[in-house]
Amino acid sequence: MIKLIADTLLTQVRTLWLVFIKLFKKKDTVEYPDKQPYMFPRWRGRIILSRDPDGEERCVACNLCAVACPVDCIALQKGEMEDGRWYPEFFRINFSRCIMCGFCEEACPTNAIQLTPDFEMAEYKRQDMVWEKEDLLINGTGKYHDYNFYRVAGKQIKGKDKGEALNESAPIDVRSLMP
Amino acid sequence: MDLSIGSPLTIGLILGVVIITAALLITVERRLLGFWQERLGPNRVGWFGSLQVVADMIKIFTKEDWIPPFADKFSFVVAPGIIMTVVLLSFAVIPFSPNLGVIDSNIGVLFVLAMASLGAYSVMLGGLSSDNKYALLGSLRAAAQMISYEVFMGISLLGVIALTGSFNLREIVESQSDGWYIVPQFIGFVIFLIAGVAESHRLPFDIPEAEQEICAGYHTEYSGMKFGMFFVAEYIGLVLISSLITVLFFGGWLGPDFLPSVAWFAIKAFGFIAFFILMRAAVPRPRYDQLMTYGWLFLLPLSLLNLLVTGAIILST
Repeated sequence: MIKLIADTLLTQVRTLWLVFIKLFKKKDTVEYPDKQPYMFPRWRGRIILSRDPDGEERCVACNLCAVACPVDCIALQKGEMEDGRWYPEFFRINFSRCIMCGFCEEACPTNAIQLTPDFEMAEYKRQDMVWEKEDLLINGTGKYHDYNFYRVAGKQIKGKDKGEALNESAPIDVRSLMP
Repeated sequence: MDLSIGSPLTIGLILGVVIITAALLITVERRLLGFWQERLGPNRVGWFGSLQVVADMIKIFTKEDWIPPFADKFSFVVAPGIIMTVVLLSFAVIPFSPNLGVIDSNIGVLFVLAMASLGAYSVMLGGLSSDNKYALLGSLRAAAQMISYEVFMGISLLGVIALTGSFNLREIVESQSDGWYIVPQFIGFVIFLIAGVAESHRLPFDIPEAEQEICAGYHTEYSGMKFGMFFVAEYIGLVLISSLITVLFFGGWLGPDFLPSVAWFAIKAFGFIAFFILMRAAVPRPRYDQLMTYGWLFLLPLSLLNLLVTGAIILST
Protein backbone atom coordinates (compact mmCIF):
# COMPACT_ATOMS: atom_id res chain seq x y z
CA MET A 1 0.00 0.00 0.00
CA ILE A 2 2.70 2.46 1.04
CA LYS A 3 4.82 1.34 -1.90
CA LEU A 4 1.89 1.96 -4.24
CA ILE A 5 1.37 5.47 -2.87
CA ALA A 6 5.08 6.28 -3.04
CA ASP A 7 5.32 4.97 -6.60
CA THR A 8 2.28 6.98 -7.67
CA LEU A 9 3.67 10.16 -6.12
CA LEU A 10 7.12 9.63 -7.62
CA THR A 11 5.70 9.03 -11.10
CA GLN A 12 3.75 12.27 -10.86
CA VAL A 13 6.82 14.19 -9.72
CA ARG A 14 8.88 12.62 -12.51
CA THR A 15 6.23 13.58 -15.05
CA LEU A 16 6.26 17.17 -13.82
CA TRP A 17 10.06 17.29 -13.98
CA LEU A 18 10.25 15.82 -17.48
CA VAL A 19 7.74 18.34 -18.75
CA PHE A 20 9.48 21.19 -16.93
CA ILE A 21 12.89 20.61 -18.56
CA LYS A 22 11.22 20.97 -21.96
CA LEU A 23 11.36 24.71 -21.20
CA PHE A 24 15.04 24.64 -22.21
CA LYS A 25 14.72 22.41 -25.27
CA LYS A 26 14.67 23.54 -28.86
CA LYS A 27 11.15 24.26 -30.02
CA ASP A 28 9.61 22.33 -32.88
CA THR A 29 7.74 25.30 -34.30
CA VAL A 30 8.91 26.74 -37.64
CA GLU A 31 7.84 30.38 -37.75
CA TYR A 32 6.63 30.02 -41.28
CA PRO A 33 6.16 33.42 -42.92
CA ASP A 34 9.41 34.67 -41.36
CA LYS A 35 11.43 31.51 -41.87
CA GLN A 36 10.89 29.27 -44.87
CA PRO A 37 10.84 25.60 -43.99
CA TYR A 38 13.20 23.33 -45.92
CA MET A 39 11.19 21.74 -48.74
CA PHE A 40 12.38 18.38 -49.99
CA PRO A 41 13.07 18.25 -53.76
CA ARG A 42 10.50 15.53 -54.29
CA TRP A 43 7.77 17.37 -52.37
CA ARG A 44 4.54 17.22 -54.37
CA GLY A 45 3.46 20.81 -54.82
CA ARG A 46 2.62 23.14 -57.69
CA ILE A 47 2.55 21.41 -61.09
CA ILE A 48 4.72 22.70 -63.96
CA LEU A 49 5.25 21.80 -67.61
CA SER A 50 8.94 21.51 -68.45
CA ARG A 51 10.85 21.97 -71.70
CA ASP A 52 13.48 19.67 -73.22
CA PRO A 53 17.17 20.72 -73.40
CA ASP A 54 16.58 22.30 -76.81
CA GLY A 55 13.93 24.60 -75.41
CA GLU A 56 10.92 22.90 -76.99
CA GLU A 57 7.84 21.84 -75.06
CA ARG A 58 8.18 18.30 -73.76
CA CYS A 59 4.47 17.60 -73.66
CA VAL A 60 3.26 15.46 -76.55
CA ALA A 61 -0.43 15.72 -75.63
CA CYS A 62 -0.82 11.99 -75.09
CA ASN A 63 -3.60 12.57 -72.49
CA LEU A 64 -2.17 9.98 -70.10
CA CYS A 65 -2.00 12.52 -67.28
CA ALA A 66 -5.61 13.53 -67.78
CA VAL A 67 -6.62 9.87 -67.66
CA ALA A 68 -4.53 9.12 -64.59
CA CYS A 69 -5.83 12.16 -62.69
CA PRO A 70 -8.22 10.88 -59.99
CA VAL A 71 -10.05 14.21 -59.71
CA ASP A 72 -10.09 15.05 -63.43
CA CYS A 73 -8.46 18.42 -62.97
CA ILE A 74 -6.34 18.28 -66.16
CA ALA A 75 -7.79 19.21 -69.54
CA LEU A 76 -5.84 19.40 -72.80
CA GLN A 77 -6.26 19.31 -76.57
CA LYS A 78 -3.85 17.66 -79.00
CA GLY A 79 -2.35 19.67 -81.83
CA GLU A 80 0.22 18.69 -84.48
CA MET A 81 3.03 20.84 -85.82
CA GLU A 82 4.16 20.84 -89.44
CA ASP A 83 7.25 18.77 -88.64
CA GLY A 84 5.13 15.99 -87.18
CA ARG A 85 5.58 16.80 -83.49
CA TRP A 86 2.53 16.68 -81.24
CA TYR A 87 1.87 19.48 -78.78
CA PRO A 88 -1.04 20.56 -76.55
CA GLU A 89 -3.17 23.33 -78.08
CA PHE A 90 -4.32 24.17 -74.61
CA PHE A 91 -3.34 22.66 -71.31
CA ARG A 92 -5.42 23.58 -68.29
CA ILE A 93 -5.05 22.49 -64.65
CA ASN A 94 -7.75 23.40 -62.16
CA PHE A 95 -5.76 23.74 -58.94
CA SER A 96 -8.87 24.14 -56.85
CA ARG A 97 -9.53 20.48 -57.61
CA CYS A 98 -5.96 19.18 -57.73
CA ILE A 99 -5.00 17.01 -54.75
CA MET A 100 -1.26 16.96 -55.51
CA CYS A 101 -1.21 13.17 -55.72
CA GLY A 102 1.50 13.11 -58.39
CA PHE A 103 -0.20 10.45 -60.53
CA CYS A 104 0.13 12.70 -63.61
CA GLU A 105 3.89 12.89 -63.08
CA GLU A 106 4.11 9.12 -62.84
CA ALA A 107 1.98 8.62 -65.92
CA CYS A 108 3.86 11.11 -68.12
CA PRO A 109 5.97 9.26 -70.77
CA THR A 110 8.03 12.34 -71.64
CA ASN A 111 8.78 13.79 -68.15
CA ALA A 112 6.90 16.91 -69.22
CA ILE A 113 4.55 17.32 -66.25
CA GLN A 114 6.36 17.59 -62.93
CA LEU A 115 5.51 18.52 -59.35
CA THR A 116 7.63 21.14 -57.55
CA PRO A 117 8.17 21.97 -53.86
CA ASP A 118 6.22 25.23 -54.14
CA PHE A 119 3.07 25.24 -52.03
CA GLU A 120 2.11 28.91 -51.72
CA MET A 121 -0.77 28.91 -54.18
CA ALA A 122 -3.62 30.53 -52.24
CA GLU A 123 -5.89 32.85 -54.26
CA TYR A 124 -8.83 35.04 -53.39
CA LYS A 125 -10.94 34.07 -56.42
CA ARG A 126 -11.77 30.52 -57.40
CA GLN A 127 -11.24 31.33 -61.08
CA ASP A 128 -7.64 32.39 -60.37
CA MET A 129 -6.82 28.84 -59.44
CA VAL A 130 -7.32 27.63 -63.01
CA TRP A 131 -3.89 27.71 -64.67
CA GLU A 132 -3.41 27.75 -68.43
CA LYS A 133 -0.44 26.45 -70.41
CA GLU A 134 1.32 29.83 -70.37
CA ASP A 135 1.20 29.81 -66.54
CA LEU A 136 2.37 26.22 -66.27
CA LEU A 137 5.26 26.24 -68.75
CA ILE A 138 8.73 26.96 -67.36
CA ASN A 139 11.91 27.76 -69.23
CA GLY A 140 13.81 24.78 -67.94
CA THR A 141 14.06 21.05 -67.79
CA GLY A 142 12.83 20.53 -64.25
CA LYS A 143 14.14 17.48 -62.49
CA TYR A 144 15.42 15.63 -65.61
CA HIS A 145 18.11 17.69 -67.29
CA ASP A 146 19.05 15.90 -70.52
CA TYR A 147 15.98 13.95 -71.46
CA ASN A 148 14.59 14.71 -74.91
CA PHE A 149 11.71 12.50 -76.00
CA TYR A 150 12.10 12.98 -79.76
CA ARG A 151 15.82 12.23 -79.58
CA VAL A 152 15.35 8.79 -78.03
CA ALA A 153 11.94 7.75 -79.38
CA GLY A 154 11.37 6.03 -82.73
CA LYS A 155 8.74 8.55 -83.79
CA GLN A 156 9.51 10.04 -87.19
CA ILE A 157 9.59 13.82 -87.44
CA LYS A 158 10.96 16.26 -89.98
CA GLY A 159 14.76 16.25 -89.78
CA LYS A 160 14.90 12.88 -88.04
CA ASP A 161 14.05 9.81 -90.00
CA LYS A 162 13.38 6.29 -88.78
CA GLY A 163 16.50 4.78 -87.23
CA GLU A 164 18.25 8.07 -86.46
CA ALA A 165 17.33 8.24 -82.77
CA LEU A 166 19.82 7.51 -80.02
CA ASN A 167 20.56 3.80 -79.57
CA GLU A 168 18.35 2.99 -82.52
CA SER A 169 19.62 0.94 -85.44
CA ALA A 170 18.43 1.66 -88.96
CA PRO A 171 15.22 -0.12 -90.02
CA ILE A 172 15.71 -3.44 -91.74
CA ASP A 173 14.53 -3.92 -95.29
CA VAL A 174 12.30 -6.93 -94.75
CA ARG A 175 12.40 -7.96 -98.45
CA SER A 176 16.21 -8.19 -98.41
CA LEU A 177 16.13 -10.58 -95.49
CA MET A 178 16.93 -13.93 -97.00
CA PRO A 179 16.71 -17.14 -94.96
CA MET B 1 -4.20 59.51 0.22
CA ASP B 2 -2.08 57.07 2.14
CA LEU B 3 -1.00 53.51 1.61
CA SER B 4 -2.12 51.81 4.77
CA ILE B 5 -4.37 48.86 5.50
CA GLY B 6 -7.88 49.60 4.35
CA SER B 7 -7.35 53.03 2.74
CA PRO B 8 -9.34 53.56 -0.48
CA LEU B 9 -6.13 53.87 -2.51
CA THR B 10 -4.86 50.51 -1.25
CA ILE B 11 -8.18 48.81 -1.98
CA GLY B 12 -8.29 50.20 -5.49
CA LEU B 13 -4.67 49.25 -6.08
CA ILE B 14 -5.17 45.66 -4.90
CA LEU B 15 -8.35 45.29 -6.96
CA GLY B 16 -6.69 46.64 -10.09
CA VAL B 17 -3.51 44.63 -9.72
CA VAL B 18 -5.38 41.40 -9.05
CA ILE B 19 -7.68 41.79 -12.06
CA ILE B 20 -4.85 42.84 -14.39
CA THR B 21 -2.67 39.97 -13.16
CA ALA B 22 -5.50 37.52 -13.80
CA ALA B 23 -6.00 38.87 -17.31
CA LEU B 24 -2.26 38.73 -18.03
CA LEU B 25 -2.22 35.15 -16.83
CA ILE B 26 -4.24 34.19 -19.91
CA THR B 27 -1.24 35.12 -22.07
CA VAL B 28 1.33 33.82 -19.61
CA GLU B 29 -0.43 30.48 -19.39
CA ARG B 30 -0.65 30.09 -23.16
CA ARG B 31 3.04 30.96 -23.57
CA LEU B 32 4.21 28.67 -20.77
CA LEU B 33 2.01 25.81 -21.96
CA GLY B 34 3.53 26.28 -25.39
CA PHE B 35 7.09 26.13 -24.04
CA TRP B 36 6.33 22.99 -22.07
CA GLN B 37 4.90 21.32 -25.13
CA GLU B 38 7.91 22.30 -27.29
CA ARG B 39 5.87 24.96 -29.07
CA LEU B 40 6.25 28.73 -29.05
CA GLY B 41 2.74 29.80 -28.07
CA PRO B 42 1.20 33.11 -29.18
CA ASN B 43 4.06 35.48 -30.02
CA ARG B 44 2.65 37.68 -32.79
CA VAL B 45 0.73 40.46 -31.02
CA GLY B 46 3.01 42.99 -29.39
CA TRP B 47 6.41 42.40 -27.84
CA PHE B 48 6.81 38.60 -27.61
CA GLY B 49 3.03 38.23 -27.56
CA SER B 50 2.54 40.50 -24.57
CA LEU B 51 -0.43 42.29 -26.13
CA GLN B 52 -2.23 39.03 -26.82
CA VAL B 53 -4.33 39.66 -23.73
CA VAL B 54 -5.51 42.97 -25.20
CA ALA B 55 -6.56 41.22 -28.40
CA ASP B 56 -8.35 38.52 -26.41
CA MET B 57 -10.13 41.15 -24.32
CA ILE B 58 -11.26 43.11 -27.39
CA LYS B 59 -12.62 39.90 -28.83
CA ILE B 60 -14.44 38.87 -25.69
CA PHE B 61 -15.96 42.34 -25.13
CA THR B 62 -17.25 42.71 -28.66
CA LYS B 63 -18.74 39.24 -28.99
CA GLU B 64 -22.48 38.77 -29.00
CA ASP B 65 -23.74 38.23 -25.48
CA TRP B 66 -26.43 35.67 -26.04
CA ILE B 67 -28.90 34.41 -23.45
CA PRO B 68 -30.55 31.20 -24.64
CA PRO B 69 -34.36 31.50 -24.78
CA PHE B 70 -34.77 28.27 -22.82
CA ALA B 71 -32.57 29.44 -19.95
CA ASP B 72 -33.75 30.81 -16.63
CA LYS B 73 -32.75 34.41 -17.22
CA PHE B 74 -32.31 35.71 -13.69
CA SER B 75 -29.98 33.00 -12.37
CA PHE B 76 -28.25 32.78 -15.75
CA VAL B 77 -27.23 36.43 -15.50
CA VAL B 78 -26.48 36.35 -11.79
CA ALA B 79 -24.25 33.24 -11.80
CA PRO B 80 -21.06 34.69 -13.36
CA GLY B 81 -21.35 37.73 -11.13
CA ILE B 82 -21.38 35.58 -8.00
CA ILE B 83 -18.10 33.80 -8.68
CA MET B 84 -16.39 37.04 -9.72
CA THR B 85 -17.53 38.82 -6.55
CA VAL B 86 -16.70 35.90 -4.32
CA VAL B 87 -13.12 35.39 -5.50
CA LEU B 88 -12.41 39.10 -5.46
CA LEU B 89 -13.84 39.36 -1.93
CA SER B 90 -11.46 36.63 -0.78
CA PHE B 91 -8.54 38.94 -1.51
CA ALA B 92 -9.80 41.25 1.25
CA VAL B 93 -8.02 39.22 3.94
CA ILE B 94 -4.82 38.32 2.03
CA PRO B 95 -1.82 40.11 3.58
CA PHE B 96 0.39 41.26 0.70
CA SER B 97 2.97 43.00 2.89
CA PRO B 98 3.14 44.32 6.49
CA ASN B 99 1.20 47.47 5.61
CA LEU B 100 -0.67 46.44 2.46
CA GLY B 101 -4.07 44.80 2.60
CA VAL B 102 -7.78 45.53 2.73
CA ILE B 103 -8.67 44.41 6.24
CA ASP B 104 -6.81 42.95 9.18
CA SER B 105 -9.36 40.34 10.15
CA ASN B 106 -9.29 37.92 13.06
CA ILE B 107 -11.19 35.32 11.04
CA GLY B 108 -9.16 35.54 7.83
CA VAL B 109 -8.85 31.81 7.18
CA LEU B 110 -12.54 31.20 7.88
CA PHE B 111 -13.50 34.07 5.58
CA VAL B 112 -11.53 32.64 2.67
CA LEU B 113 -13.02 29.18 3.18
CA ALA B 114 -16.54 30.64 3.40
CA MET B 115 -16.06 32.57 0.18
CA ALA B 116 -14.71 29.47 -1.55
CA SER B 117 -17.87 27.61 -0.49
CA LEU B 118 -20.07 30.38 -1.90
CA GLY B 119 -18.30 29.95 -5.24
CA ALA B 120 -20.02 26.57 -5.56
CA TYR B 121 -23.36 28.40 -5.91
CA SER B 122 -22.13 30.19 -9.00
CA VAL B 123 -21.22 27.08 -10.95
CA MET B 124 -24.35 25.29 -9.74
CA LEU B 125 -26.69 28.11 -10.74
CA GLY B 126 -24.88 28.66 -14.01
CA GLY B 127 -25.15 25.01 -14.99
CA LEU B 128 -28.72 24.48 -13.82
CA SER B 129 -30.15 27.66 -15.36
CA SER B 130 -28.60 26.87 -18.76
CA ASP B 131 -31.06 23.98 -19.24
CA ASN B 132 -28.48 22.03 -21.20
CA LYS B 133 -27.47 18.45 -20.52
CA TYR B 134 -23.74 19.14 -20.59
CA ALA B 135 -24.14 22.17 -18.34
CA LEU B 136 -26.24 20.11 -15.95
CA LEU B 137 -23.63 17.34 -15.81
CA GLY B 138 -20.90 19.94 -15.33
CA SER B 139 -22.67 21.69 -12.50
CA LEU B 140 -23.48 18.38 -10.80
CA ARG B 141 -19.81 17.46 -10.90
CA ALA B 142 -18.74 20.94 -9.83
CA ALA B 143 -21.05 20.97 -6.82
CA ALA B 144 -20.01 17.50 -5.64
CA GLN B 145 -16.32 18.19 -6.20
CA MET B 146 -16.22 21.59 -4.52
CA ILE B 147 -18.26 20.49 -1.50
CA SER B 148 -16.21 17.37 -0.87
CA TYR B 149 -12.83 19.00 -1.38
CA GLU B 150 -13.73 21.90 0.89
CA VAL B 151 -13.89 19.48 3.82
CA PHE B 152 -10.25 18.54 3.92
CA MET B 153 -9.11 21.85 2.49
CA GLY B 154 -10.25 23.23 5.84
CA ILE B 155 -8.89 20.34 7.86
CA SER B 156 -5.46 20.53 6.21
CA LEU B 157 -5.22 24.16 7.34
CA LEU B 158 -6.01 23.33 10.95
CA GLY B 159 -2.43 22.19 11.50
CA VAL B 160 -1.14 25.64 10.57
CA ILE B 161 -3.79 27.30 12.70
CA ALA B 162 -2.95 25.09 15.67
CA LEU B 163 0.75 25.97 15.34
CA THR B 164 -0.01 29.71 15.18
CA GLY B 165 -2.92 29.78 17.56
CA SER B 166 -4.80 32.30 15.40
CA PHE B 167 -7.09 32.55 12.39
CA ASN B 168 -5.52 35.87 11.43
CA LEU B 169 -3.50 35.53 8.22
CA ARG B 170 -1.13 38.33 9.27
CA GLU B 171 -0.29 36.59 12.51
CA ILE B 172 0.20 33.34 10.58
CA VAL B 173 2.79 35.06 8.38
CA GLU B 174 4.53 36.75 11.29
CA SER B 175 4.79 33.51 13.25
CA GLN B 176 6.75 32.00 10.34
CA SER B 177 9.69 34.41 10.80
CA ASP B 178 11.78 31.60 12.33
CA GLY B 179 10.82 28.88 9.85
CA TRP B 180 8.20 28.39 7.18
CA TYR B 181 5.31 26.03 7.86
CA ILE B 182 6.18 23.95 4.80
CA VAL B 183 8.60 21.95 6.98
CA PRO B 184 6.41 20.98 9.96
CA GLN B 185 3.23 20.88 7.87
CA PHE B 186 4.44 19.21 4.67
CA ILE B 187 1.52 16.76 4.44
CA GLY B 188 -0.90 19.60 5.16
CA PHE B 189 0.72 21.56 2.33
CA VAL B 190 0.36 18.72 -0.17
CA ILE B 191 -3.27 18.17 0.78
CA PHE B 192 -4.01 21.88 0.56
CA LEU B 193 -2.32 22.07 -2.84
CA ILE B 194 -4.41 19.21 -4.23
CA ALA B 195 -7.60 20.56 -2.66
CA GLY B 196 -6.78 24.00 -4.02
CA VAL B 197 -6.47 22.66 -7.55
CA ALA B 198 -9.80 20.90 -7.18
CA GLU B 199 -11.38 23.97 -5.61
CA SER B 200 -10.41 26.30 -8.45
CA HIS B 201 -11.19 23.48 -10.92
CA ARG B 202 -7.94 23.73 -12.78
CA LEU B 203 -6.43 20.83 -14.62
CA PRO B 204 -5.90 17.99 -13.73
CA PHE B 205 -9.09 18.38 -11.67
CA ASP B 206 -11.11 20.39 -14.20
CA ILE B 207 -13.74 17.69 -14.27
CA PRO B 208 -16.70 20.15 -14.13
CA GLU B 209 -15.57 21.71 -17.42
CA ALA B 210 -13.79 18.78 -19.08
CA GLU B 211 -13.79 19.79 -22.74
CA GLN B 212 -13.30 16.31 -24.09
CA GLU B 213 -16.17 14.81 -22.12
CA ILE B 214 -18.86 17.45 -21.64
CA CYS B 215 -17.94 20.38 -23.98
CA ALA B 216 -17.26 23.13 -21.49
CA GLY B 217 -19.36 21.85 -18.60
CA TYR B 218 -21.33 24.44 -16.66
CA HIS B 219 -20.46 27.36 -18.97
CA THR B 220 -21.39 25.63 -22.23
CA GLU B 221 -24.21 28.08 -22.94
CA TYR B 222 -22.33 31.21 -21.90
CA SER B 223 -20.89 33.64 -24.40
CA GLY B 224 -19.38 37.09 -24.55
CA MET B 225 -18.57 38.87 -21.32
CA LYS B 226 -20.52 36.43 -19.14
CA PHE B 227 -18.21 33.66 -20.29
CA GLY B 228 -15.33 36.11 -19.84
CA MET B 229 -16.29 36.55 -16.20
CA PHE B 230 -16.23 32.80 -15.58
CA PHE B 231 -12.93 32.66 -17.44
CA VAL B 232 -11.24 35.51 -15.57
CA ALA B 233 -12.70 34.34 -12.25
CA GLU B 234 -10.94 31.02 -12.81
CA TYR B 235 -7.63 32.84 -13.17
CA ILE B 236 -8.34 35.06 -10.16
CA GLY B 237 -9.06 31.84 -8.26
CA LEU B 238 -5.67 30.58 -9.39
CA VAL B 239 -3.99 33.74 -8.07
CA LEU B 240 -5.96 33.40 -4.85
CA ILE B 241 -4.92 29.80 -4.23
CA SER B 242 -1.29 30.65 -4.99
CA SER B 243 -1.40 33.62 -2.60
CA LEU B 244 -2.98 31.45 0.10
CA ILE B 245 -0.28 28.78 -0.24
CA THR B 246 2.34 31.51 -0.07
CA VAL B 247 0.79 33.03 3.04
CA LEU B 248 0.05 29.81 4.89
CA PHE B 249 3.07 27.65 4.11
CA PHE B 250 5.82 29.78 2.56
CA GLY B 251 6.05 32.73 4.87
CA GLY B 252 4.09 35.27 2.82
CA TRP B 253 6.09 38.49 2.48
CA LEU B 254 9.04 37.24 4.58
CA GLY B 255 12.39 37.12 2.81
CA PRO B 256 15.87 38.68 2.74
CA ASP B 257 15.98 42.47 2.93
CA PHE B 258 17.37 43.30 -0.52
CA LEU B 259 13.88 43.14 -2.07
CA PRO B 260 10.73 44.83 -0.75
CA SER B 261 8.30 42.53 1.01
CA VAL B 262 5.64 42.84 -1.72
CA ALA B 263 8.17 41.58 -4.27
CA TRP B 264 8.89 38.48 -2.17
CA PHE B 265 5.16 37.84 -1.98
CA ALA B 266 4.76 38.27 -5.74
CA ILE B 267 7.74 36.01 -6.55
CA LYS B 268 6.49 33.20 -4.34
CA ALA B 269 2.92 33.51 -5.59
CA PHE B 270 4.06 33.51 -9.21
CA GLY B 271 6.11 30.40 -8.55
CA PHE B 272 2.95 28.58 -7.53
CA ILE B 273 0.99 29.97 -10.47
CA ALA B 274 3.69 28.58 -12.77
CA PHE B 275 3.50 25.27 -10.92
CA PHE B 276 -0.27 25.10 -11.50
CA ILE B 277 0.28 25.76 -15.20
CA LEU B 278 2.97 23.07 -15.25
CA MET B 279 0.48 20.65 -13.74
CA ARG B 280 -1.93 21.52 -16.53
CA ALA B 281 0.75 20.75 -19.11
CA ALA B 282 1.86 17.47 -17.55
CA VAL B 283 -0.77 15.60 -15.57
CA PRO B 284 -3.74 13.84 -17.18
CA ARG B 285 -7.27 14.26 -15.87
CA PRO B 286 -8.64 11.50 -13.59
CA ARG B 287 -12.12 10.09 -13.92
CA TYR B 288 -14.91 11.69 -11.91
CA ASP B 289 -15.41 8.73 -9.56
CA GLN B 290 -11.64 8.36 -9.12
CA LEU B 291 -11.50 11.96 -7.95
CA MET B 292 -14.25 11.42 -5.37
CA THR B 293 -12.79 8.12 -4.12
CA TYR B 294 -9.35 9.69 -3.87
CA GLY B 295 -10.75 12.59 -1.88
CA TRP B 296 -12.95 10.79 0.61
CA LEU B 297 -11.00 7.57 1.11
CA PHE B 298 -7.43 8.86 0.97
CA LEU B 299 -7.08 12.60 1.48
CA LEU B 300 -9.66 12.94 4.26
CA PRO B 301 -8.11 10.27 6.54
CA LEU B 302 -4.65 11.61 5.75
CA SER B 303 -5.59 15.17 6.69
CA LEU B 304 -7.23 13.98 9.91
CA LEU B 305 -4.10 11.98 10.72
CA ASN B 306 -1.96 15.03 10.01
CA LEU B 307 -4.08 17.11 12.40
CA LEU B 308 -3.88 14.38 15.06
CA VAL B 309 -0.08 14.13 14.88
CA THR B 310 0.34 17.92 14.84
CA GLY B 311 -1.91 18.24 17.89
CA ALA B 312 -0.02 15.52 19.76
CA ILE B 313 3.32 17.18 19.03
CA ILE B 314 2.05 20.62 20.14
CA LEU B 315 0.68 19.10 23.38
CA SER B 316 3.86 17.21 24.18
CA THR B 317 6.21 20.22 23.78
